[in-house]
Amino acid sequence: MLEQKAIVGEVKVIVFRLQDEEYGVEVQQVKAIEKLEHITRVPRTPKFVKGVINLRGVVTPIIDLRKRFELEESEYSDSTRTIIVAVGDLEVGLIVDAANDVIDIPVDAIEPPPEVVGGVEAAYLRGVAKLDNRLLILLNLDKVLSTEEINQLDALEG
Amino acid sequence: MDMNQYLDMFIEESKEHLQAINENLLILENDPANIQIVNEIFRSAHTLKGMSATMGFEDMASLTHEAENVLDLIRNNKLTINSDIMDVIFQSVDLIEGMVIHITEGGDGSADVSDPVRKLRAIVAGDFTAQQEVAAAASVAEPEVQAASVGNEAAKPDLDLDDYAQTVLKQSKDSGNNLLWIKVILNENCLLKAARAYMVFDQLESLGEVIKTTPAVQEIENERFDLSFEVVFVTMHPIEKVRTAIQNISEIQEVQIDTIDLKAPQAEPPAVQPEAPASNAAAPKKAETAQPAATRKVAAGGKTIRVDIERLDILMNLFSELVIDRGRLEQLAREIGKSELQETVEHMSRISGDLQNIILTMRMVPVEQVFNRFPRMIRDLAKDLNKKVNLEIFGAETELDRTVIDEIGDPLVHLLRNSLDHGIESVTDRRNAGKPEEGTIELRAFHSGNHVFIEVKDDGAGINKEKVLKKAIERGIVSQAAAETMTDKQIHELLFASGFSTADVISDISGRGVGLDVVKSKIVALGGSVSVDSVRGKGTTFLVQLPLTLSIISAMLVQVKNEKYAVPLSSIIETAVFKKDQIMMAHRQKVIDFRGRVVPLVSLEEIFQVPSNQAETDDEVAVVIVRKGEKMAGLVVDSFIGQQEIVLKSLGKYLVNVFAISGATILGDGQVALIIDCNALIK
Repeated sequence: MLEQKAIVGEVKVIVFRLQDEEYGVEVQQVKAIEKLEHITRVPRTPKFVKGVINLRGVVTPIIDLRKRFELEESEYSDSTRTIIVAVGDLEVGLIVDAANDVIDIPVDAIEPPPEVVGGVEAAYLRGVAKLDNRLLILLNLDKVLSTEEINQLDALEG
Repeated sequence: MDMNQYLDMFIEESKEHLQAINENLLILENDPANIQIVNEIFRSAHTLKGMSATMGFEDMASLTHEAENVLDLIRNNKLTINSDIMDVIFQSVDLIEGMVIHITEGGDGSADVSDPVRKLRAIVAGDFTAQQEVAAAASVAEPEVQAASVGNEAAKPDLDLDDYAQTVLKQSKDSGNNLLWIKVILNENCLLKAARAYMVFDQLESLGEVIKTTPAVQEIENERFDLSFEVVFVTMHPIEKVRTAIQNISEIQEVQIDTIDLKAPQAEPPAVQPEAPASNAAAPKKAETAQPAATRKVAAGGKTIRVDIERLDILMNLFSELVIDRGRLEQLAREIGKSELQETVEHMSRISGDLQNIILTMRMVPVEQVFNRFPRMIRDLAKDLNKKVNLEIFGAETELDRTVIDEIGDPLVHLLRNSLDHGIESVTDRRNAGKPEEGTIELRAFHSGNHVFIEVKDDGAGINKEKVLKKAIERGIVSQAAAETMTDKQIHELLFASGFSTADVISDISGRGVGLDVVKSKIVALGGSVSVDSVRGKGTTFLVQLPLTLSIISAMLVQVKNEKYAVPLSSIIETAVFKKDQIMMAHRQKVIDFRGRVVPLVSLEEIFQVPSNQAETDDEVAVVIVRKGEKMAGLVVDSFIGQQEIVLKSLGKYLVNVFAISGATILGDGQVALIIDCNALIK
């Protein structure tokens, strides 16, 4: 991060909305943003796993981010989007309320996250960026996509 | 310089050469006097040395160099082979194999080679002097070979010509051209060596034709040479003219030119030359050293090309997309119902079916690839265990999908080790039992229907049922009561139960804390099965059944409420519709009477917690009868959609170990359907 600060000073993030907060993921981690399409439910998986979709021939798992963060559920609407992110060799789609912005944020505007932001635990967050009149929550995707929880649930059920 | 682009080729060829060496060493062990074989091994070793040195794997190069020296003595009859020498060579080959694996995994291939190098040197030094007389005797017989001394190899014109080059040379010689060997030594402080070399070549090409260079042209262009390089050159001009032309280029230290003598092959009947690359011992001594493997292969037979596996995978993936679209087209054509469209689609389906067959066969690889490392393994193991075993391999040409081939090695190694360790008795036991001292393990592969079978059969002691039962009861795998009613087959099956190992002492051969259960789970994961049959005192047979391919399978699509699932055809016995009142209860389990057998029913709706769609239920149920080995179960669904070729796709790394789902496929309408793993549903 320090290096980046010296050289770039800014990170480009995709901004999406979840409940009333704005979140950001680094643009490098985003493969595509898709409209919601038919999801095939996969039985006996954690609640937040909505199922799988056919993303141009690749079967891609889809996570409902609201459920993942145990936020209040809401109906999907026209603005609902699936953000396809890639972390390591995992490729997963995240369902968010809306995604409509790409912005550069100065690295020095990013602060470590407080305990809980917008109902999301600090463990899932990388930091909070304070911009002129908005607050952007940066996600720690590694943590969000950690499969440990799935495996634990597996053990309980199986 | 970046050698990465050559790395794959290097690894591939190294493996081939190592395999060839291993095979030939085994032949040699049984037939130590066969100098032909030594020559083969020597050539492979020489090529390995050259390749590894070029790639900068110094340890490997130095080890192969020492091994090569020993082999050279052997093939020149200066050294007779004994089992100690064989062991050292085998050890060296193992070490080199280790290095190649290390390199494959991204390592630098470095290893401690001091021990084998020391041993190899000792062989060269010690035995060499002791056997001077033999050497002297041999030198009479083979004066030509004798002349090509190992030490001076670098100084002598060491030409490495393939058949093609030799033919060209011979023809040009016949038509009155000069055949020249040219060594160009550059000035020590020459800065742009590649550029100078280029100028030399430029000059040469204007005077004649360059047949061959050492090192290869590409390497010279990349400045991958010291100060000198060698060229085999055909020209109509006199030597002196060539010399002056080269010397006129600046920064050239020295030019050595020599005429190439092709007398030896000319004395032979010319027709034999290109067809008999193996008999190169008779070829001119200058060309004797090493034959590049590739040319030997080409000369040996069929027309094949080497294709990157990745490309085949891409082809397969693309074709999979096509299969999905084919499904969609068929569906649309049916819906629209226009006969021309239907005919066209049908025709296309047929063609793509043929295409599918071809692509699938392209991915087929002979099991030989896996089998050919077993003779060596068995030899070493038998030595360790002090047993005498002969491994017989049948059907090595049987083909299997590459993905299966990649996975099947370990389970087979385990089965073979098991046969050798637990099956074949010690030499004394065998003699007492009136059997030949040497045990036999047969490894057999064959096709049958849509499956490939691999059989591992030994003529050892067979399975000791009492011992197996005792162990199983001790380990709590079966109860005393259950054990009494078990059939032979059931007892044999216990070998595959987890936590079972009959060896009294856990050896490092087939012990290691894992047993046949691991073999079984691996094979089941591949969509296959394994069974065992044994006759006390006569031997044991393991039979592994594997699917031909893993990528495109036939499946039955079924509807459960609003969801669609695919059931692999390979596990379906049949489909049937039952009246609701035909369902009976046994032990709080719904069962049906299916052709006289009581078959438990499994409701997919319940097991997969399918959300209800408020549709009316009628008084009939659709059931897919599936099997796992002897056991059966009936999967209750809402309706059958039909049979279809589906493309297997994985659910990805995020969703692993999903209960009773083995993967997914994409349907004609672009939606994803999950593939049911019937094995998980049958208890």
